[in-house]
Amino acid sequence: MSDTKISKRDRIAMRIARELPHGGLVNLGIGMPTLVANYLPKDSGILLHSENGYIGLGPDAPAGQEDWSIVNAGGKPMTIVPGASFFDSAMSFSIIRGGHLDATVLGALEVDEEGNLANYMIPGKMVPGMGGAMDLVVGARIVIVAMEHVSKDGKPKILRKCSLPLTARKEVDIIVTDMALIRVTHKGLELAEVAEGVTPEQVIAATEARLEVRADLKTF
Amino acid sequence: MKQIKTAQEAIAAIKDGDSIMAGGFMCCGQAYTLVDAILEKGLKNLTLITNDAGLPGKGAAKLIEQKRVGKLVASHIGLNPEAGKQMNSGEMKVELVPQGTLAERIRAAGAGLGGVLTPTGIGTAVEEGKQKVTVDGREFLLEKPLSAEYAFIKAHTVDKYGNAYIAKAEKNFNIVMALAARTVIVEAEHIVEPGQLDPDRVTLPGALVHVIVEAKK
Repeated sequence: MSDTKISKRDRIAMRIARELPHGGLVNLGIGMPTLVANYLPKDSGILLHSENGYIGLGPDAPAGQEDWSIVNAGGKPMTIVPGASFFDSAMSFSIIRGGHLDATVLGALEVDEEGNLANYMIPGKMVPGMGGAMDLVVGARIVIVAMEHVSKDGKPKILRKCSLPLTARKEVDIIVTDMALIRVTHKGLELAEVAEGVTPEQVIAATEARLEVRADLKTF
Repeated sequence: MKQIKTAQEAIAAIKDGDSIMAGGFMCCGQAYTLVDAILEKGLKNLTLITNDAGLPGKGAAKLIEQKRVGKLVASHIGLNPEAGKQMNSGEMKVELVPQGTLAERIRAAGAGLGGVLTPTGIGTAVEEGKQKVTVDGREFLLEKPLSAEYAFIKAHTVDKYGNAYIAKAEKNFNIVMALAARTVIVEAEHIVEPGQLDPDRVTLPGALVHVIVEAKK
């Protein structure tokens, strides 16, 4: 593995930041996907969409300067950037569902060979509700999953077939983990890049789904 | 001109078992004064329609914590542990609805539509028991309208005709919900005379508002 001090989560966020379209409108999920904002190039022209009703999401509000009428989807006070606009939930989800969002980045519990995503519940254990995730995954032009390659107990999360309830069917386009960047194609999953210090064999061993290793395999 | 009432007067007609829509997203843009009046009055077994179960100790989350809700219709309950507990024990029925579908079902009820066709939820547990409709080769779910007896709307400023300015990210569900309830109560930080709110700044037309309440400072 790499000897750099960058955390796994930051490595994933850095790679996803390079995948986002210049000047695009992007929604970042709560948690690891939020880190992507730290690595957007200054001239990216990207505006972030906050599902509760604005475009132009900025960094966290500094302590003592919170405006509680501007929070993110987790209820945390945030700031806005120049170019921002506010709107209601019907508009927010029309933007999401109507194909006006260039990309969405979300975490996952499981992803499979068909691009199915499970990220909103574990029956009997964790039933928080889907929030905006189902609409985001159906509506965004590019759906990027950001997650650790295997679960905390070392089990593969990229499977032949998801076992948990689905968030959406056949909507995932790209999976970025601490080990690899995988593209979902109509033929199955393609291993397009490996993280520095990781071999394709290690990725295959940590993945239950079948992977086609690209001839032009790259490193990130 | 609309009736300006105290919170207690505004909710006087609400009974146990009634349905209430409450705007707000993680408590941002929620009518706290009206929620507190419900708690004080001791109402229970309410149907609460709101985006999320909120954050512990804040706004409509208190209705759940104090066991006043018989049925919750929401998109997310994960940040209020009490909601999950009551759902698992069966004390509170919970209907989880994708957030965009929730907004459109409410809007449909208020816009006189028979429902909406959405691709959201196809191939998931959300489609169970719902009619599927194919339009130009693409499959959609028929989601039915959702209305309520009362809507609690939070505004920054309201004039005496009920025209409201809802600030920043407080708009969320506060606009569609005002379309979909029989009685719409607006709680505002500022109540102003007609003409003092620029018509161009009105985010919610007064025609949809029945009662105005001043928010507690």
